[in-house]
Amino acid sequence: MVVLNPTGDIALQQRNLILFATGIMLLIIVPVMVLTVLFAWRYRRGNPNKVYDPNFDHSTTLELVIWACPLLIIIALSVVTWTSTHLLDPFRPLERLSAGRPIAPNTKPLEVQVVALDWKWLFIYPEQGIATVNELALPVDVPVHFSITSTSQFSTFYAPTMAGMIYAMPGMQSVLNAVLNQPGDSWGYSGNYTGRGHTEMRFKLRGMAPADFARWVARVNASKGTLAAANYGALEKPSIKVPALYFGSVMPGLFDRVVNRCVAPGAPCTIDVMRRDMARSRGDVAGRSAAPLHGTTPTPALFKAPEDKGTGPNVTKPAKPGAPGERKQGDPRNRDLSATQPFLAPGALRTARSDPQASGHS
Amino acid sequence: MSDHLLKSIFGRLTWESFPLHEPILLGTFIVVAALGLALFGALTYFRLWGYLWTEWFTSVDHKRIGIMYVILGIIMLLRGFSDALMMRAQQAIAFGDNQGFLEAHHYDQIFTAHGTIMIFFVAIPLVVGLVNFVMPLQLGARDVAFPFLNNLSFWLTAAGAVLVMISLFVGEFASTGWLSYAPLAGLAYSPETGVDYYLWSLQIAGVGTTLSAINMVATVIKMRAPGMTMMKMPVFCWTALCSNVLAIAIFPALTAAFFLLMLDRYIGTHFFTNELGGSPMMYWNMVWIWGHPEVYVLVLPAFGIYSEITSTFTGKRLFGYTSMVYATVVITILSYLVWLHHFFTMGAGPSVNSFFGIATMVIAIPTGAKIFNWLFTMYRGDIRFELPMMWVVAFMLTFVVGGMTGVLLAIPPADFVLHNSLFLVAHFHNVIIGGVVFGLFAGMVYWFPKAFGFKLDEFWGKVAFWGWVIGYWVAWTPIYVVGLMGTTRRVNHFDDPTLQPYFIVAAIGALIILVGILGFVMSIVMGFVKRDQLRDLTGDPWDGRTLEWSTTSPPPAYNFAFTPVIHDLDAWYDMKSRGYERPAGGYRPIHMPRNTGAGIILAGLALSLGFGMVWYMWWLAALSFAGLIVVAVAHTFNFARDYFIPADEVALTESKRHQPAVGA
Amino acid sequence: MTDHTRLPSDAAPSWHLAEDDDHDSGGNGATVLGFWIYLMSDALIFASLFAMFGVVRTNYAGGQMPHEIFELPLVALNTALLLASSITFGQAMPHIEAGRVRATRFWLAVTGLLGAGFIGIELYEFSTLIAEGAGPQRSAFLSAFFTLVGTHGAHVTIGLLWIGVILVQLGQHGLSQPMKRRLICLSMFWHFLDIIWIGVFTFVYLFGVLR
Repeated sequence: MVVLNPTGDIALQQRNLILFATGIMLLIIVPVMVLTVLFAWRYRRGNPNKVYDPNFDHSTTLELVIWACPLLIIIALSVVTWTSTHLLDPFRPLERLSAGRPIAPNTKPLEVQVVALDWKWLFIYPEQGIATVNELALPVDVPVHFSITSTSQFSTFYAPTMAGMIYAMPGMQSVLNAVLNQPGDSWGYSGNYTGRGHTEMRFKLRGMAPADFARWVARVNASKGTLAAANYGALEKPSIKVPALYFGSVMPGLFDRVVNRCVAPGAPCTIDVMRRDMARSRGDVAGRSAAPLHGTTPTPALFKAPEDKGTGPNVTKPAKPGAPGERKQGDPRNRDLSATQPFLAPGALRTARSDPQASGHS
Repeated sequence: MSDHLLKSIFGRLTWESFPLHEPILLGTFIVVAALGLALFGALTYFRLWGYLWTEWFTSVDHKRIGIMYVILGIIMLLRGFSDALMMRAQQAIAFGDNQGFLEAHHYDQIFTAHGTIMIFFVAIPLVVGLVNFVMPLQLGARDVAFPFLNNLSFWLTAAGAVLVMISLFVGEFASTGWLSYAPLAGLAYSPETGVDYYLWSLQIAGVGTTLSAINMVATVIKMRAPGMTMMKMPVFCWTALCSNVLAIAIFPALTAAFFLLMLDRYIGTHFFTNELGGSPMMYWNMVWIWGHPEVYVLVLPAFGIYSEITSTFTGKRLFGYTSMVYATVVITILSYLVWLHHFFTMGAGPSVNSFFGIATMVIAIPTGAKIFNWLFTMYRGDIRFELPMMWVVAFMLTFVVGGMTGVLLAIPPADFVLHNSLFLVAHFHNVIIGGVVFGLFAGMVYWFPKAFGFKLDEFWGKVAFWGWVIGYWVAWTPIYVVGLMGTTRRVNHFDDPTLQPYFIVAAIGALIILVGILGFVMSIVMGFVKRDQLRDLTGDPWDGRTLEWSTTSPPPAYNFAFTPVIHDLDAWYDMKSRGYERPAGGYRPIHMPRNTGAGIILAGLALSLGFGMVWYMWWLAALSFAGLIVVAVAHTFNFARDYFIPADEVALTESKRHQPAVGA
Repeated sequence: MTDHTRLPSDAAPSWHLAEDDDHDSGGNGATVLGFWIYLMSDALIFASLFAMFGVVRTNYAGGQMPHEIFELPLVALNTALLLASSITFGQAMPHIEAGRVRATRFWLAVTGLLGAGFIGIELYEFSTLIAEGAGPQRSAFLSAFFTLVGTHGAHVTIGLLWIGVILVQLGQHGLSQPMKRRLICLSMFWHFLDIIWIGVFTFVYLFGVLR
């Protein structure tokens, strides 16, 4: 049970909290269950030796007790909740690597930027200048600061062995501070459903000794692929079961552009739009000053011409013959659950995700 | 015909929208069509259409409307549960190379439909149905405050259910999860009919639920029998009141959220889009402001049912009536202040998270007090373990576990690891099945003889009971475990083979629950077959304590020949123990509301409005909308809405009742 | 009714009320209560729309801003029309109580005309904005503006339809008890819309321009 047996300090503290809270609640749950069975048995009609008191419907003492018992438990839990919520706040910088191993002040954590794409994870290591897809390598016992966003959907970044989940949301940036304490491979997921490829939106979490991590960085650095605005657009397109991809270099500021939704050339960054709006609302810009729209949004239903209504994707029939869905049991093509083919970044090094069929797609 | 004309008429509906190529759906369709034809043929052959129309479909009698709600709920339960079976089967076999029998798109529709149907078209109709049937009887009233509105509410709910069922065979249902979160449910990412079906069916049904809630609240406030002060009202009426007050407070938020999402999809506004300043997070807030209290809308009446049954079958007054009432009111208020706990993980600050977490836990205090109250009602009681009481004990043992995992999930750091996992899914099934469903079955078994005049078959009732209780534990314990193994929800395929045994056990549990469901259907069938042995001639088969047991089973249209006067909390017990005798004469004409077809016609028009909008058939939608207005206005011109049952007829009905009662 | 419950417990209690005609559905104030509860739930829909507006009120997304598109004189005129219509409805109330059908119809008609004027100006405002490219599709702020104001306008339109229906029915039935009940509900509805409009005027128009 990963959740009860984690390898990261944050997840460990969360596990301890779960065990503590469960224990304290069992103090009241177990007696209630025992009493239920006991009373049900003792006061059954068939028992001649019971006391039957049809007018026993009120007892101030007893009622005080039955309100006080849950109240005391909840007060205890509330205290724990208040402190643990503040201590384990994902935004809060770590203070220790694990119990009894404090982090020296001014230690700079490793920065990892996480982008949830449909349906894969992009990890950017800005300090190392590299990026990976669906593979997250971390040095053990090094605090990590994750900046998290998404391109289109609300996903959750969830590596159960390391720490609890946090939402990745388009146009917003969330934060997670965590640390891994043991080397080893495990899986990370997206907890929130985001459409047809949700099941396969997983990444491999690889905990490594710092020396191994340095070698891994060098290996990724040596791969030829570059992640920049041009091919980010292709990466962004929905795809399923994408194998781990390495990019030896990455466009500076890519993550900020993703957050501001302006990776595509010419797209205005939301932060700039908002600054300009503020200037306009102060009256720095004269007259009616609405900016022209950039890009397109889907035509809403009421504005569609009859010809444009289409049969659309609303048919249950697959979009094209031979698409996944009408297939034999066990057909390897079934692993590709979408009509879109897995994206292969030009020149990117492919490490097959234990999937012998992966090369058969392209 | 030109494409332009065809599309103008049929919108985006084409032959391809009919899933003739999907073997599962085609098979289902053939079975449903065959059953439907058989039913239609039988009704025609036995000339029952006229009877159904005049006595049921157009009826404004709260008892008949309540029964129709319950029938709707049970039919939809069969649909929702077959979705559950398919999910359990898929997750039990889809490991490694085996992709299972459902591809992602189909699986996603199934879990969406399962959640949507189980909450909106099973739990709500069953709860509303029981409240409808029982509450006016317990209040000593002849009907609800607005009988026509009651009929309209039912048919709007039914129209929503029909629209969901249509989506099974025409086009497809949403594949966005049961709350259809933005931005996924926006036009950019879900252009299909699914979300439109979802929005229109729930919006139509939601109007019905809101109107019904208004009706019930007005009934409790205005229609109580003389002498029944608020603190002499049966607990079930209290819980029904709180539940409906809560429904009125929360459904507007859901209606508004769906309305705004509709605008996004139909006219291209930017409320919940990622572009041009939209705020998808606001959708989450609005649906959860509805969503969390909704759990209490469902579970409070179930608590009321448990209270009534415990009191009846222990032969005691309910322990701590006053604290029970206050607990109910406190839960009602608190449940409005906790919605953010559904997204602790969106990164609200720790103080905000703590506030909502602690507010959530505080709900455990009145809930815990309620559990103790039932416990001490059993204490020094004389417990008859008939079917309803068995459900109560099963509830107490099951629900406390769900309550415990609920408090666990309310601790934000614990929620970080358990949110969106199967642990969470197991938790809410634990409280909904263990709390709401068990209560609904208890209530249906308990009040069935009141509604139909005979008890359910006991053997099959026990099969239903054990099937549900054992099935619940077998199905959901392993899901708790895999949740603790870090398994997330809404997943249709796994790579890790160590998980498979748990899912196989869960699938077996689902099959045991199936036995329970079939057992319940059989208990109705066998009860009907053996109705002469199981007949209730007294009107009081369980030695009940509240007013509904003071009239015949089934009650006459007017419920009570004379409006009862109440002196004590357990009014009927008080009457029995103080030598009450039924009056044998002096009847007067009784003023009753008249049946009307306006409700079913309005709901039918709402259905065709929804269908037209889903398929972009603008002419159909416009016509239906105009029709709605015309029929609604025309209905206001009908001033002949009531009639009197003559005194002789009342005397005749009552005298029929006296003869068997003498023998009994 | 209460005297039935005050019996001493040792006396043979009265178990029944031999009423002539009680529990009249919708009677004894139930309709007014029920309609009031409905208005509360409708108020919560507006509260949700206000909350939505509050969240996205500055999300202009480069589009038109309040001070560019709101014409306060026009809105002030609109507000005046709607407030005046509430006063004219108030004028009808004593006539309803007194059963004077002609006067009631007159004041209702005046109310309806003022309401129609309000709707006409609102439609003019909307069409001008859409023609300028400031339609509800332009930004979240404009979406919320059109939806909030438009939902209120739709309610007023329903109120107009209702006034029309009542005017006809007054001709048929006069001021019978059910008609009086309907008129009370209608007046609550109309004043309710006035209150909502004051919120819209303040939070959307005034605060929008003043910021």
